[in-house]
Amino acid sequence: MPDAMTGPAALAPRLRAVCGADGVVTDPARRRTYESDGITYHSAVPGIVVLPETTGQVAAVVRLCAEHGVPFVPRGSGTGLSGGALPRPDGVLVVTSRMRRVIEVDIPNERAVVQPGVFNLDVTRAAAPHGYHYAPDPSSRQVCSVGGNIAENSGGAHCLKYGFTVNHVTGLEIVTPRGDVVRLGGKAPDAPGYDLIGVFVGSEGTLGIATEITVRLTRAPQRTSTLLAAFPTMDAGGRAVSAIIAAGVLPAAVEMMDALAVEAAEAAVRCGYPEGAGAVLIVELDGAAEDVAAQFEAVTALCRAAGAFAVRAADDPAERARIWKGRRSAFAAVGRISPAYIVQDGVVPRTALGGVLARISELSARSGIRVANVFHAGDGNLHPLVLFDDAEPGAAERAAEVSGAILDLCVEHGGSITGEHGVGVDKACHMPRMFSDDDLATMDLFRRAFDPDGIANPEKVLPTPRLCGERPGVVRGEHPLVASGQAELF
Amino acid sequence: MGPEQVLAAIGATGVRARPGTGDDAVVGTVPAVVARPRDTPEVSALLGAAARHGLRVAAAGNGTKRDWGAAPTGCDLLVETGELAGIEHARGDLVVRTGAGAPMDGLRALLGRAGQRLTADPMVPGATVGGTVAAGVSGPLRMLHGPLRDLVIGMTVVRADGVAASSGGVVVKNVAGFDLGKLHTGGWGTLGVITSVTFRLHPVPAAFRLVGARFPDPVAAAGPVGAVLASQAVPAAVELDWPPGGGPVRLFVLVEGAAEGVDARAGGIAALLGARDVRDALPDGWGTLPGEPECTVLKIAAPIRGLPVALTALRAEAGTGCSFRGSAGAGVGYAALPVGTGADRVARVLARTRDALPDGSVTVLRQSPDLRGLPLDRWGEVPGAELMRAVKDRFDPAHRLAPGRFLDH
Repeated sequence: MPDAMTGPAALAPRLRAVCGADGVVTDPARRRTYESDGITYHSAVPGIVVLPETTGQVAAVVRLCAEHGVPFVPRGSGTGLSGGALPRPDGVLVVTSRMRRVIEVDIPNERAVVQPGVFNLDVTRAAAPHGYHYAPDPSSRQVCSVGGNIAENSGGAHCLKYGFTVNHVTGLEIVTPRGDVVRLGGKAPDAPGYDLIGVFVGSEGTLGIATEITVRLTRAPQRTSTLLAAFPTMDAGGRAVSAIIAAGVLPAAVEMMDALAVEAAEAAVRCGYPEGAGAVLIVELDGAAEDVAAQFEAVTALCRAAGAFAVRAADDPAERARIWKGRRSAFAAVGRISPAYIVQDGVVPRTALGGVLARISELSARSGIRVANVFHAGDGNLHPLVLFDDAEPGAAERAAEVSGAILDLCVEHGGSITGEHGVGVDKACHMPRMFSDDDLATMDLFRRAFDPDGIANPEKVLPTPRLCGERPGVVRGEHPLVASGQAELF
Repeated sequence: MGPEQVLAAIGATGVRARPGTGDDAVVGTVPAVVARPRDTPEVSALLGAAARHGLRVAAAGNGTKRDWGAAPTGCDLLVETGELAGIEHARGDLVVRTGAGAPMDGLRALLGRAGQRLTADPMVPGATVGGTVAAGVSGPLRMLHGPLRDLVIGMTVVRADGVAASSGGVVVKNVAGFDLGKLHTGGWGTLGVITSVTFRLHPVPAAFRLVGARFPDPVAAAGPVGAVLASQAVPAAVELDWPPGGGPVRLFVLVEGAAEGVDARAGGIAALLGARDVRDALPDGWGTLPGEPECTVLKIAAPIRGLPVALTALRAEAGTGCSFRGSAGAGVGYAALPVGTGADRVARVLARTRDALPDGSVTVLRQSPDLRGLPLDRWGEVPGAELMRAVKDRFDPAHRLAPGRFLDH
């Protein structure tokens, strides 16, 4: 463990020489502003914060860390929901927020080249005048960084059809945990050799820091149609989703909310969803106009057949925004009907949705803890919101228990402990529920190839005895109590 | 090591094994012993025994790509995965989990009966799932659906030390842990032996149309390709096919989707291309490698606009005996150099095409048998090679897995 003589504070003069005086933060009050990311439950004041502006500076900072055995934690905009950017008191926090340049928009090659601090939505903004967009659209896209998206392999409501960040990256310049600058791929797809880009994306900052990113741009669809269907029960809504998928339709997005989530959204933003709905389904279709028209008809019929008592359609952006308003506001809205809540992120095979939702209801009834369900139904990605009153003794613990039990249900049904929020520090101790010791040791082999000394974002993703106890998985990981309001969450 | 010694070394595993013959050769290297495990634990047992005895190991599915890549510097044990052929199709989840030895053709037929498909083109007829994934070759449909690696959502691999490890899972949306399946897809079996793969599937589209057009050469086709990409017709594939001889290059655009829409979409594309050829059938050779069975095959990966430039350089050096088939929409395709193209000429073709393609790659997938043993720069410059070697060293410290097959220069 580095001490005051060798730890991050001792590096300050050399870090200033690299990043300039205003690129190094040592003041305790200013450091404290970086103490957590999107989940505030986990917090730690970083030993020192650096704000590099160039790849060379990032490399020099990381080389200093490597030379002195000081851990570093990369951070983009800090909107992550798994504590992946949780700083270390004994480490350097490398913040990419000053690397915010869109370097190139190359429409003929359908690529954009950006620095890691660029906001996700700014890539689309740069491409939009040419009729293109950047497909991954996490709900925090207005403020989350592309570098953070690389770390987390971010998805979004439309990843059902368009895939995740990893499917849209063809080139990376990275600074390895040893401080070397390495280019992987470029504008051409299929970089030769092992697909290191494919594993780097989603490695949560444990393999180094992406300093330049080449992404694919996607031609904007000719037509987008959004449909809102109200069902008497969740079961009926679930049947509609299954029927849509079975019919061979691949919507751009399929979102579902239960009665409690709808009630909260209604109270918060008056989204005007049909009254008395046990479930609301939002289906977005996009593509060639003729295709969308045909699919729209089919989806409408399938919803009605599954028991929808109201179906609304939107073809123009304003109407679409009205339909999405309730869904997009759901997380914040729940904050208004409950003093505190936990946002969970788990995945089940789509066909297990009905069964798992029923089990969640049972859990809720048994524990007296309310659960609002908001989820990406098309790919089985659940975001149960576990509601509780943090003033009530024991409520937080019971809520955490329900939240953890929901993850167990996901794993039990063959799903995943995270569909898009990542593992970070929050779920590292849950990893053994999904993977064997051999699986995890193999992941660690890969990590060590990049980071033999273990200084890049240590104690994230993979469980460690210190974090999880000597028998990882037996000790239940702690959960975030309140999601931060940094961005619209959904 | 001789067959008797190898058979003795793996004897305790109880896995069926026999001495290797010339028919089992991997790029001319005859394995001492060929073993046919029935499941992942048997593969583990074999690789564990191989590790204890320092055996050099290679894996094969149905052997359709035995002549691909560099020759292993030695092979004591060839692990044939053909018996690992189980298929679990989770129809409602659009997911399939298959043993590495399952034949791609059989998988395709099974999924087709359920109205579903793996959006990976045949490429090499007769191949198994494991061999296809290890080679990581993708065809026309990659333009819309992504390369093969994008379809892999879970994988089980046996490491060089015999440890079986899984990554990913059986759900499409999953960011738990490192996605090591990406590493083994296109890893040529140099980091482990793939025993099981889980894929995401897509529904078979209700209808499709193929628009065909001809242009004097790839440069002349570049403008029309750009126009198709800029349209909103959402083509599933934009393919170039440049047969040998002095003839034109053929451009094919595939649209798939609702029956009501394909004619209008195809019509729009035909108008852009000034083409009249609209069909509901795919041409011969679609979704397979170009050239004769024993020819040399190069893979070219380029930025979309760089592909025609690279192909011009390729033809200029290789002559009209060379053919090309690949995705003009994605910027990836395969060039075939006829049998009899000498090593010097292949080297010149590689050098000139690479020069024309600074932001891309040209690699040798397969060399014709007459080039075996001759020096060939199969990979060219590989950015990140040092990191890749570090990965190889971690996964296979003694370099016993398909030694010499990866970054052999």
